Amino acid sequence: MTTPGPVQAAMRAKLEAAFAPQLLEITDDSARHAHHAGARAHAERLGKAAGSGETHFSVTIVSAAFEGQCAVARQRAVYAALADELAGPVHALSLTCRTPAQAG
Amino acid sequence: MTDIHATIDGLVTSNDVVLFMKGTARMPMCGFSGTVVRILDHIGVEFADVNVLASEEIRQGIKDYSNWPTIPQLYVKGEFIGGCDIVREMFETGELKTVLAEKGVPLVV
Repeated sequence: MTTPGPVQAAMRAKLEAAFAPQLLEITDDSARHAHHAGARAHAERLGKAAGSGETHFSVTIVSAAFEGQCAVARQRAVYAALADELAGPVHALSLTCRTPAQAG
Repeated sequence: MTDIHATIDGLVTSNDVVLFMKGTARMPMCGFSGTVVRILDHIGVEFADVNVLASEEIRQGIKDYSNWPTIPQLYVKGEFIGGCDIVREMFETGELKTVLAEKGVPLVV
């Protein structure tokens, strides 16, 4: 278990504030994307080595805030909460948004 | 309406199914875009592919048009369906085929 980096920590704080999630899992997938051209170009723009981390994330959120929202609306809400990260260090974000009822 | 907005409007209304993606359907340049191509091919729906890497104007324009910050983006009959996660989930539940059928999009088997 590695310590989350500053980007992941900021994402967690913002998502907790916005959604009061019952469950929040954030996984850094950056190493799996180190090989492709887009990831390399993105890392170069940030002055980092490709695959050095904190560019590609998977996030699973279970929150009552998603009740009554379609999938598009849920993801838009998450994107809005993480607008700074998406405009900056985060190149890709894979999202799973569930209500507590859906999560079982 | 700006030029790029009108251009995108034309693309999503003149084609039944449009995928804004990185690379082309033949050669996706990103795993998420490639996933959506494979799903559309698998269910046998014809679609227009728009390579956002070929035009910075479209790359930014489609994000503004959809109010959606990531690529790929799938449109059916002018309506925004979602990105890779949503398309994959809709495929797995069978909802994607239902939506296509409801909107009258033919599937070539």
